[in-house]
Amino acid sequence: MKEMVNCARVRFPALGENEGFARLLTAGFLMHLQVTPAILADVKTMVSEAVTNAIVHGYRGREGKKCFVFLELKFYSDRTLMITVTDLGRGIDNVEDAMEPFFTTDREGERSGMGLPIMQAFSDSLRIRSRPGRTVVTMRKKLP
Amino acid sequence: MKLLTAEKEGTLMVRITGDVDHHSAPNIREEIDQELLKTRPRELILDLSGTDFMDSSGLGLILGRLRKARELNCRLTVLNPTEQIVRILRLAGVEKTLNIEYL
Repeated sequence: MKEMVNCARVRFPALGENEGFARLLTAGFLMHLQVTPAILADVKTMVSEAVTNAIVHGYRGREGKKCFVFLELKFYSDRTLMITVTDLGRGIDNVEDAMEPFFTTDREGERSGMGLPIMQAFSDSLRIRSRPGRTVVTMRKKLP
Repeated sequence: MKLLTAEKEGTLMVRITGDVDHHSAPNIREEIDQELLKTRPRELILDLSGTDFMDSSGLGLILGRLRKARELNCRLTVLNPTEQIVRILRLAGVEKTLNIEYL
């Protein structure tokens, strides 16, 4: 039976500069878990993509101090890392479409449309639950 | 994030240090495009040896510069990308399209 060893939960305003903060926080959480630089890069990428999506898509048009992104990190005794990123924004119209490589609703901003496919490729599992007012992205990664 | 640019004999070298994400990408894009239009080089080199982190926003930045460079008859070279960056380029299926070099 796996047990939770460590956890952290933070909320921060939906501001672009907090993308880097979320990565730093994640790197700090992993600091004592003896992960390789490659695994650390994978996890930071997963978090960065999810947080960026929350800010850019979830809170599109109303990014700022009154909108919050919630980041939760949990580490279990079998070395499973669970990452949950939640926003209380507009929701994703069609999750299946959003999972398609190069799908983007932002044609002017040079978004690559690869955010979700990258999250999927870098994690062991990706689950998205979305409705207007709440999107929850959960990613699992087993650390070696 | 810090950007260093140098133009010499038709080559525009841009060294990107720090993190490239959705927050930093617009400024990087604007600076590179300004230099491209000002110097009209034959080759644009994006030196990523000092780039600590890049996500899909960085991918968009590179693909956007590839388009821009082609419009200007300029060749784009991506120099010294990390394994994490190459993995993202590979996922997007552009690893073979781009001219990637290591020094």
